[in-house]
Amino acid sequence: MAAPVETDVIIVGAGPIGLFAVFELGLLDLKAHLVDILDRPGGQCTELYPEKPIYDIPGLPIVTGQELSDRLMEQIKPFGAQFHLSQMASALEKLPDGRWKLSTDADTEIVAPVVVIAAGGGSFVPKRPPIAGIEAYEGSSVHYAVRKMEMFRGKNILIAGGGDSALDWTINLAPIVKSLTLVHHRDGFRAAQHSVNRMRELVEEGKVKFDVASVKALHGADGKLEAVTLAGTDKREWRHECDALLPFFGLTIKLGPIADFGLNLHENLIPVDTAKFESTTPGVFAIGDINAYAGKLKLILCGFHEAALMSQAAFHICRPNEKLRFQYTTSSSNLQKKLGVA
Amino acid sequence: MKIVATDRKGAEHVIEGRDGWTVMEILRDAGLPISAECGGACACATCHVYVEGGWYEKLMPPSEAEIDMLDMALAVEPNSRLSCQITCAPELDGIAVTIAPE
Repeated sequence: MAAPVETDVIIVGAGPIGLFAVFELGLLDLKAHLVDILDRPGGQCTELYPEKPIYDIPGLPIVTGQELSDRLMEQIKPFGAQFHLSQMASALEKLPDGRWKLSTDADTEIVAPVVVIAAGGGSFVPKRPPIAGIEAYEGSSVHYAVRKMEMFRGKNILIAGGGDSALDWTINLAPIVKSLTLVHHRDGFRAAQHSVNRMRELVEEGKVKFDVASVKALHGADGKLEAVTLAGTDKREWRHECDALLPFFGLTIKLGPIADFGLNLHENLIPVDTAKFESTTPGVFAIGDINAYAGKLKLILCGFHEAALMSQAAFHICRPNEKLRFQYTTSSSNLQKKLGVA
Repeated sequence: MKIVATDRKGAEHVIEGRDGWTVMEILRDAGLPISAECGGACACATCHVYVEGGWYEKLMPPSEAEIDMLDMALAVEPNSRLSCQITCAPELDGIAVTIAPE
């Protein structure tokens, strides 16, 4: 494993609030590393509603989720923050020297005196269908992603879902499996038209079976799936033999490993004070949707305010012997130099 | 108008709706466990409900965007809707919904 990266501030979550925190920290010469489970910055804004207009960002009468993320990325460009994307922040540990070490599931380690949790509702993880006992099969017979196609060679595969992932894997796995059945709750798909066409060709060629149905129960033992119960729209149920089930229902938000960081949590939120937005664990801050305080509103603009105040407090931890001078970007040549405009 | 909402434990809640608000907003405001991650933008399918007791047929049919998004919901049934896409109105007085499993 590579030596840990050292920086001033670790930000967990690269949504709009995590991004703006880079700006506010950057004005104070604090460097940041961000960790996010998604493969691009923007958080919910780009994952859930990239095309949806947002109307309550001050000064931007209308902006889409994607545009807001793009503009924030442009705004923080001068500060050279490092992004660790497609990684889940998995553990937080206090070091003997008082700093924090954050580890990710991709074995990245970052050490800093300040940690900022800007994780919104937590991590985006695959949706788990509400089928009794499904956990016992996860990792062995139930897979929410395909990491190695080879593990499905010669097997009887059942794919559930109607989006691009369900169709892409139907098309890609069909040539190597023994049998492949796709089930979806309707005979219509939310996917690229060419994928839908290709899937229908495979069905006509007899290489894929498609049923309008949903999975109701799993049958097997010791994590090894043998069959499922399928139900059609007319509630008729039947047994379907298969070795593996691949459910593709997109992503949902779960708090995830943050719950095990040893922080004080109240209903999956991190209580903070409203002067610094620091948790009850010194040096660990929480901003944006994941924090809780009297009067909290889950609005992007509130998160921006929280990022600004957090940064002032973070400065005192990172630079205990330096004096913090409050300056405006409009008039300070010092700040303008940092922004690359002076 | 009233909304009769059944939670995931089977308990029934009679909640006062407000014209122009969505059923999702009313359920969330009443503290019922509906996550509505995207905040009502028809972009996440986490406000999924079953519309019961003949009310499904009385609603405006789902938009294409809602039908698409229901593809990402779990345990979809013929009476599935996204509650962020149902707007309270006097003619929906008494509408019955059951919150879908997570």
